[in-house]
Amino acid sequence: MSKETKKNRNPYIADILLIPPDQYSHQTAERVALLRREKVERPTIFVGAGTCGMIAGASQTMLSIQMYLNDHLMKADVVEVGCIGLCQFEPIVDVQLPGKNRISFKNITPEKVYSLLDAVFNNTIDSVDVLGQFESRHLVPWEDVPFINRLPFFKKQKRLVLENCGLINPSSIEEYLARGGYKAYAKAIQNYTSTEICEIIEQSGLRGRGGGGYATGKKWMIARQTQSDQKYLICNADESDPGAFMDRALIEGDPHKLIEGIAIAAYAVGASQAFIYIRSEYKKAIQTLKNAIDSAKEFGLIGSNILDSSVNFYLNIKMGSGAFVCGEETALINNMEGRRGTPEPKPPYPATQGLFSHPTVINNVETLANVPLIIQNGPTWFAGLGTPTSHGTKVFAVTGKVEYNGLVEIEMGRSFREIIYDICGGIKDFKDFKAMQIGGPSGACLGEACLDLHIDYESLKQEGAMMGSGGLVVMDESACMVDIARFFMNFLQHESCGKCIPCREGTRRMWEILESITKKPVEGQEHQSLERFKGVLMLEELATVVAETSLCGLGKTAPNPVISTLRYFRDEYEEHIFERKCRANVCNGLRTFYIHTEKCTGCTICYRKCPTSAIIGTQRNPHFIVQDKCIGCGICYDVCKFDAVSVH
Amino acid sequence: MLFSIEVNNKVITAQRGETILECLKRNGVFVPTLCHIEGYSPTGACRICVVEVEGRPDLVPSCSHPVEEWMKIKTHSPRVIRARRAIAEMLLSNHPDDCLYCGRNGNCELQNLAIDLNLREKRFSGSKNTLKNDYASVSIMREPSKCILCGRCVRLCETEQVVAAVDFIGRGNQMTIGTSYNHGLSSRNCHHCGQCILICPTGALSEQQHIAKVQEALHNPEKHLVAQFSPALSVGLNENLGIKAGKTADHIIVAALSKIGFSKVFDTGLATDLNILENASLLAKQIREGESMPMFTSCCPSWLHYAETFHPSILPCISPVLSPQQIMSVLIKKIYASEMRLRAEDIYTVGLMPCTAKKYEILRQEMLIDDLNMTDAVLTTRELARFIKLYGIDVNNIEPMLPHSPFHIRSTAAKLYGVSGGVTEAILRTVYFLLTGVELEPYKIGEVRSGSGPKFFTMEAGKYKVKTAVVSGMSQVQKLLKEIEAGKKNLNFIEVMACPGGCINGGGQKIGASDKDIKTRSKVLYEMDEKENIRVAHKNPIVHELYQKYFDAPLSNKAVEFLHRRRLEKKMEGNEQIL
Repeated sequence: MSKETKKNRNPYIADILLIPPDQYSHQTAERVALLRREKVERPTIFVGAGTCGMIAGASQTMLSIQMYLNDHLMKADVVEVGCIGLCQFEPIVDVQLPGKNRISFKNITPEKVYSLLDAVFNNTIDSVDVLGQFESRHLVPWEDVPFINRLPFFKKQKRLVLENCGLINPSSIEEYLARGGYKAYAKAIQNYTSTEICEIIEQSGLRGRGGGGYATGKKWMIARQTQSDQKYLICNADESDPGAFMDRALIEGDPHKLIEGIAIAAYAVGASQAFIYIRSEYKKAIQTLKNAIDSAKEFGLIGSNILDSSVNFYLNIKMGSGAFVCGEETALINNMEGRRGTPEPKPPYPATQGLFSHPTVINNVETLANVPLIIQNGPTWFAGLGTPTSHGTKVFAVTGKVEYNGLVEIEMGRSFREIIYDICGGIKDFKDFKAMQIGGPSGACLGEACLDLHIDYESLKQEGAMMGSGGLVVMDESACMVDIARFFMNFLQHESCGKCIPCREGTRRMWEILESITKKPVEGQEHQSLERFKGVLMLEELATVVAETSLCGLGKTAPNPVISTLRYFRDEYEEHIFERKCRANVCNGLRTFYIHTEKCTGCTICYRKCPTSAIIGTQRNPHFIVQDKCIGCGICYDVCKFDAVSVH
Repeated sequence: MLFSIEVNNKVITAQRGETILECLKRNGVFVPTLCHIEGYSPTGACRICVVEVEGRPDLVPSCSHPVEEWMKIKTHSPRVIRARRAIAEMLLSNHPDDCLYCGRNGNCELQNLAIDLNLREKRFSGSKNTLKNDYASVSIMREPSKCILCGRCVRLCETEQVVAAVDFIGRGNQMTIGTSYNHGLSSRNCHHCGQCILICPTGALSEQQHIAKVQEALHNPEKHLVAQFSPALSVGLNENLGIKAGKTADHIIVAALSKIGFSKVFDTGLATDLNILENASLLAKQIREGESMPMFTSCCPSWLHYAETFHPSILPCISPVLSPQQIMSVLIKKIYASEMRLRAEDIYTVGLMPCTAKKYEILRQEMLIDDLNMTDAVLTTRELARFIKLYGIDVNNIEPMLPHSPFHIRSTAAKLYGVSGGVTEAILRTVYFLLTGVELEPYKIGEVRSGSGPKFFTMEAGKYKVKTAVVSGMSQVQKLLKEIEAGKKNLNFIEVMACPGGCINGGGQKIGASDKDIKTRSKVLYEMDEKENIRVAHKNPIVHELYQKYFDAPLSNKAVEFLHRRRLEKKMEGNEQIL
C-alpha cells in the first residue's frame, strides 16, 4: 500500500501522465508550458553536451558560460542537452530569453562565449555564428534569423525518432513527460492486451532497424506465444559499426523514449525483465541511461505493479566489451550469459530459445524508439509513412566527404541523392561523388548509379547492400575503391570471431588477395604476379562461398565490400591488376615517382629522407629514383621544395 | 512423428525434431563433418556439412538445422561440392603441410576429407599462423599449428570431462585453443585423461611419447627391462596393429617384447588381484563396521587428480590402495629385484597402458620410493603398436608366449578392470566371499555391465547389503558427487573411471575407434572371464604365495607399507598440496 500512496503523491504521474492535456488544471498547464520551454522565467542556455559536443569542448564552453554568469551576477539556467544532429558544428549553444524564440549558435568555443552572450543579452547578434531560431507560436521571433526547421539540413528530414534529441534535457523525466512521454506506455498497459500490442506493431509494418529487417511484430508474437515461465527482452545498443552513432545520440539525447519503447515491448512479449546491452565505450550514454532508469524507477514506471496495472517491469544495463560480432543476436546472448561472444547456429531462434534458454526478443535501439510513436499515433499512421514494404523513417549517420556530417532522419523511400546533396549539402570542396558505403563494414559500397535509389529494405537488398544500422559513409573521387575494400576486409578479418572456417580463413585470404593487388610489382618475382592473377580469379569464388556458408550474419555479409566494389567499380580492379595503376593515387605500391632533371637542384633532401635508399645522386646534380627499390611511400614527393618530383 | 522429405530427388522419411544430418545418416546418405560430435549439441563451426535446401538463399548446415516437411535437399550438388571444397582448401591454406611427419598420417580426418573432396592442387596460399608446441603437460602434447579449431576438445573437456582445461583464446584468424593464461597444459585443471586426443580430428593433440626413452634404455646393456601390460591395452592393441580385433593380444605382446629385448613381460593382472584383495578387505571391514562414508576406487589416476583438485574434502574416502600399475611396479622393483638379486636402479620398468594419465601417475609423489621411480616409462596402446612396428616384428607370424614367471598367474576378475563396472564386479566377488565365506553364484553381475549411464547395484551378502555405484566420465562423477554431498545417495562403494566406458576407451587407445570397436573390446574381456578357471582374485595361488612370503595378510602392516599410498596419507594429514 505504501508504494501506491507514494505513486499517487507523485504530481507528475497523477497530473501530467494520466490526464489528457486539454483537462490540465491551470497550475499544471503552467508547469507543462515551462517544462516544454514554451516560456521561460529567466534566460536559459542550452549546451549540446552529447559525446560529440563533449569532444568538441562543450565542458569548457559550459565553464566559460558559468564564469560569464558569475561575472555579470546574472541568474540563468544552464541545461545540458543531447546532440541535435549537426555534430560538426558542436559545441552548439542555444539561448532562450524570456518571451523570445530559442536561438541556436554553432561552434561556440570557450573564447567565443563572452562576446556571444554579450551580444545576445543586448539583442545584437552576430550572424556568423548563428545556426537559426526554433519556431514557436508562443514566443516572439528574432529578426533576420533563419528558422532552424527551414534550413536545408532539417527541411527534408522527418524527425520522429529524433524529435526530442538536442531539445530536451535528457536527465529530466519531467520534460519528457511534459512532451507526452510515457503516454504510449500508459495507453498500452491500460487499454490493450499484450497480444493486441503485438498485432498493432505487426499492422504498422515496423521492421528491425538493425540489419535483416525482420518484422518486429512477428518476432514479438513468436516470443509471446512460446510457453515459458520467464521471458526476456534485450535492447541491442551494441552499435559496433564504425561510423554509426545513431543509437548513442538517441540514448544521450532522449533516453526515456528508448525506455518507454522497451517497456512497451516487454509488456507485449510478456517479459518482466529487460536488459540494455550497450557497449562499454559509450560512457556518457551509459551514465545518461542509468540516470534515466533511476528516475523512471522513482516515478514508478519501472518496478512492480506499474500504474496499478499489476504489470511488472525491471530494466538493467549490461555492458558489452566491444566486439563487432557481439551485435549478432546469439553472440550477444552468449556474452550476456558470461561466455565467449560467439554466434550459435539458428534455429533455435532467440525468440523461442534465447537468454538462459528462455524466449528472448532482441531489438535494436531505433526499432524500440519507434514503438511509442506507433502506439500513440496508431498503426495506420505509421504504415502511411514510407514505401509499401518499408514504413516509417530511418536515421542515418552520415559521415565522410559531405558538407554537413551528422544525424539525418528521413522518411523511407527518399533517395540517397536527397540525403547527400539536399540535406548534407553535397560533396566537400566541389569534388565529385564516387561511392557511398552503407550498412557498416559488412555493408556495400554503392556507386553513382544508386544515388537515385529509393531507400527501403528491398531496393537496398537488390543492389547487394543492406540497411544495416544506418551508417552512411560518403566518398569522393579521391578514394580508391580497391583500397576501401582492402580496408574493410582488414577490419572484418580482425573482428571475425574465428568460430567458423569460411569467415575466419576466407576474410584473411580475401584481404591477402586485395593486398597483393595493391602491392608494387617487384622484378624477379614473376611468380608473384601469377599468384596475384590466380588470386583475383579466386576472389569472387571465395566471396560467394563465404557468403553462402558462414555461420552468422557477420560472416554472411563479410564479403560484401568485395562483392559490391567488384560490381560497381570493376574497372578500378582491372586497372590495378592489368595496368598496375591506382587512379586515385591512394595505393602506395602502385605509385611511380619520377624526378624532373630540369627542376631538380640536387639539394639531396629526398636522397636523405628516402627510407629505402632508392634515390641516387650527388649534391647540385639532378637525382634519380631507382624504381626497383622504390616502395612508393611518397616521402620524396612531400619533401621536395622545387616540385621536381611527380607521381604517375 | 514421421514425414517424408526429398533428398537428391528421392523421397526419404524424416522424424520431427531430428537434424538434417541425423536424418541423412539414418537413410544412408553420407555428409562429411569436422566439428560434429554425436550426442553433443551442434555448434555449426566447421560448415563442411552444408547442404543445399531449395528455397534457401544460403547453404544450410545439416548438423544443426532441423528437418522440416517442405524441404528438398541436395547433398552433393555442384554448389555444395564447390563450397565444401573451398572450405577445406581454406583450412588447408592455414595448415602446416607436414603430413609425412605427423603422428596422424593415414588416420587423419582432415587428410581423409581432402582425399574425399579430391583436392589435388593448392589454390589458396598466404600467411600461416605459426604457433609453438605445448610440451608443458607430462601426458599430453599439443601442436596448435595443426589445430583446425573445430572445438571438439573444448566441448568434450567442458561437458564430458567437466574440467574445461582448454578453451578458445583470441579471435578471428588469430584464435587459438589454449589453457588458462596460455601457460600450457600443465595447469591443474587437466587431469590427463587424454579423451581430447581421441576426439581430435587432426594431429594437434597427442600423447607425450616415451618411445625414445624406452629405446634408450633398451640399448643400455646395464638396464634390465621389464614390462607390464594392462587388460584394456591387450584388447585394444590388435586394431592398432592392423590385425583382427576381437581377441586379446596378451601373448603377442609377450612374444614381441621378448623378441625386442625385454627381459621380462608381466601381466598387470597379478597386481590387480592384490589390489582387489586389499580393496575387498577394506570394503568388507567398512561394511562390517557400518561405516557411513562410501569408498571410492583409486585405480584411475585421472580421477585421483580430479578429486585432489576439485573435491579435496572427499580424499579420505578414496581407497588408499595403489593402482594395479603402481603395485606391479613395486613388486618388480622391490620383490622381483631381490629375488633375482638385481639392483632396483638397474631395472627399467615400462607400463603398457591404454591411458595417458598413467604417464602422469608414474610421476606422483607416492611412486617415488626411496628416491627411485617405481615405473620408468609408460607406452600407450598406440605407442606400443608403433614400437612393435619400429622393431620390425611380424605380429602375424609370431610364436605366442605366456607371461613370464614369477608373476604369471592372474584371475579373470583382474582382467575386468579394463572396463567400467569391472572393478566393482571383481571386488564384489571377493567381498561376497569375505562377508559370507562362500563364493558368489554366479560370478557374473549383469547389472554393472550394461548401459553407459551411471549404474547402481545393491548386493546382498548374508546379513549385509553392499550398495555400489559405477560411474565413468567426469560429468557422471560430478553429478554423483553432488548427490552424495546433498545426502541423496547412500552408498558403500563407488567405482570411478575418468574415461567414458572405462579403460577400454582410454586416452591411449586407437584414435577413430567406433562405439562398436569399443564394445568388441569389452566383449573380449567378458568372454575371457567366462572361459577361464580362476575367476576371483582370492583364488590366485601367486597372490596367496605373495601374502605368505611378503605381506602377511590383507591390510596388515606390511601390506599397507607396500600396497597402499602411505605417503599420500601422510601428506594429507598435514593438509598440504599433494604432488
